[in-house]
Amino acid sequence: MRDDSKTPLLAVRDLHTYFHTFAGTVKAVNGVSFEIGQGEVMGLVGESGGGKSVVGFSILGLIDSPGRIEAGEILLHGQDLVTAGEARLREIRGREISMVFQDPMTSLNPLHSVGRQMDEVLRLHSDLDAGARQKACVEMLESVGISRAAERLKAYPHQFSGGMRQRVVIAIAMLAGPRLIIADEPTTALDVTIQSQILKLMRRQIAETGASMILITHDLAVVSEMADHITVLYCGNVVERGRTRDLIANPAHPYTRGLIDSIPDTTHRQDRLRQIPGSVPDIRNLPRGCNFRDRCPRAQTLCAEQEPALTQQHGSLWAACHFPLAPGETA
Amino acid sequence: MTEAAPMLDVRDLQMHFPVGGGLLDRLRLDRSGLHLDRPTVHAVNGVSFSIDHGEIMALVGESGCGKSTVAKTIARIYTPTGGQIRIEGEDVAGYGFAEMLPVRAKMQMIFQDPYASLNPRQKVRDIVAEPLLEQTSTPQARREVPAQIEALLARVGLNAEHAGRYPHQFSGGQRQRIGIARALSVRPGLIVADEPVSALDVSIQAQILNLMKDLRDEFGLAYLFISHDLSVVHHIADKVGVMYLGFMVETAPRDVLFARPRHPYTRALLSAAPSIKEDRSTEEIVLSGEVPSALDLPSGCCFRTRCPFAWERCARERPALQDVGDGQTLACHLVDEPERDSTWQ
Repeated sequence: MRDDSKTPLLAVRDLHTYFHTFAGTVKAVNGVSFEIGQGEVMGLVGESGGGKSVVGFSILGLIDSPGRIEAGEILLHGQDLVTAGEARLREIRGREISMVFQDPMTSLNPLHSVGRQMDEVLRLHSDLDAGARQKACVEMLESVGISRAAERLKAYPHQFSGGMRQRVVIAIAMLAGPRLIIADEPTTALDVTIQSQILKLMRRQIAETGASMILITHDLAVVSEMADHITVLYCGNVVERGRTRDLIANPAHPYTRGLIDSIPDTTHRQDRLRQIPGSVPDIRNLPRGCNFRDRCPRAQTLCAEQEPALTQQHGSLWAACHFPLAPGETA
Repeated sequence: MTEAAPMLDVRDLQMHFPVGGGLLDRLRLDRSGLHLDRPTVHAVNGVSFSIDHGEIMALVGESGCGKSTVAKTIARIYTPTGGQIRIEGEDVAGYGFAEMLPVRAKMQMIFQDPYASLNPRQKVRDIVAEPLLEQTSTPQARREVPAQIEALLARVGLNAEHAGRYPHQFSGGQRQRIGIARALSVRPGLIVADEPVSALDVSIQAQILNLMKDLRDEFGLAYLFISHDLSVVHHIADKVGVMYLGFMVETAPRDVLFARPRHPYTRALLSAAPSIKEDRSTEEIVLSGEVPSALDLPSGCCFRTRCPFAWERCARERPALQDVGDGQTLACHLVDEPERDSTWQ
């Protein structure tokens, strides 16, 4: 854990990203704030429709029409990326912030060799000559555990397996020495033994380079093994954040508690899982007050009237709930 | 058919798929002349297990291990290349379409993708009624179908007004409930469920798992439950089979398997699964490399190319499943030479 008084590497302040569709305005990200320090791993967790991927895309300026960043700041070393021009964003993408996507088959270009796709990063972001770039690519491929790297540079994405392709994607993401890596469900498409290889690889790369990472995932187990901090999103809002161990052991928000209890426990027998009733509300038409109140066992009339703000709870936790859980309390 | 026959008994099931594009791709010229290659995917290579009435058996393994092919072959979406599939003692492996119709009243299937497995042009009531109408012949029985459908929808947590809607009006979890109601409509004894919760968010996954367990208790259902997720399997299964490259490598009652996994692959699989628990007691077996191609199986043991303990016998001789007590069976040469593995229990 780092010293909080230092200027954070990245600070997202009150981010609002909306999509204006014919069916109505989708408030995919609706007032999200967080900070990441140097060398930290932050997990961004939530279910489908929580807005976690849109946060990642917003940071890189990858929101296309009909989507728009309506309000908020994204500060990289104190410089706002929301108001930065496309030219500045191009400099940042790949060099200072890079992204690892979920599906390694669709994030690599099938028509170009792996070597050419790696070389492109260095052509854009370094002054190395062709020979030095080739050498850097070979070294990077070897460091992500691909043998016969010089030979494999000539291969095309379809000639690699899923796990190997994700290694290539990670190699490309690391190539220009970024300060921040945004990994959007990096292991969701992979098998569990391959997932464990890739997670180990990412942890090692981060420890060696001192880069920070935003790990976007729906899988609390993955995030609890990787992240220093966790931010939980629900319907575009931060409902809870804090240090990983505090949040997993004693969450304050009933939604976080529900997510943790929904995971079957392999260490002892349960007859029934504690489930969260209902499903995520239509994001175009959110209820007044707390978004989670229809599914919440603790909801009272106040929850329908007033939207809860993030307030400090026990330990390192902040939660947006009128009736938060005390440590050890069940929902 | 006798009372003692298990709900499902699978013996030496094999499923091989011929592959390989056109004639010209497959022609090979060597010293002895021109040959036509017949490349084959060995998806399932002699799998045996049985499930009793009211029992839940899970098959686990990684992509390409053949677990879904086993499910689809038992549901007779595929015709097996070899082996027997006995449903309450009756071997259905070679049955044609018409012969399968009465068998389908005993066995139904739930699919992984709740978006692709429901006809988008049919209303929910017609989707759920279809298997039932296939099984009812008298006009009088057919008149009772609408009332039965309504009761079924209520049982899986949907209401009567949902019956007139189309699949796209439902969320993923609700669609999986529709799929479960459709499977239940003929009151089968066995449901083959192929990754039924893999496409769902974790809070919805818990709802569906609870529903499936309740239905088992209420109707005495047996499930063949296919999953890649060990925590889900631990929650729902009575016994577990672990597959690798089309072979069954270990089977055991659930508690035995999770307390004392013995096959190196099972141990690797269990230790690789991420967990929200802080303390991890199991020593980790880290696998290098990836699953070999089912087009070209390794000689001997299917797992030897990734196994940290493999020795020359493993390349020479394919281990057979053998009983090691406590209802556990194992296909590994370490059973004969446990001294090769210091962590062997």
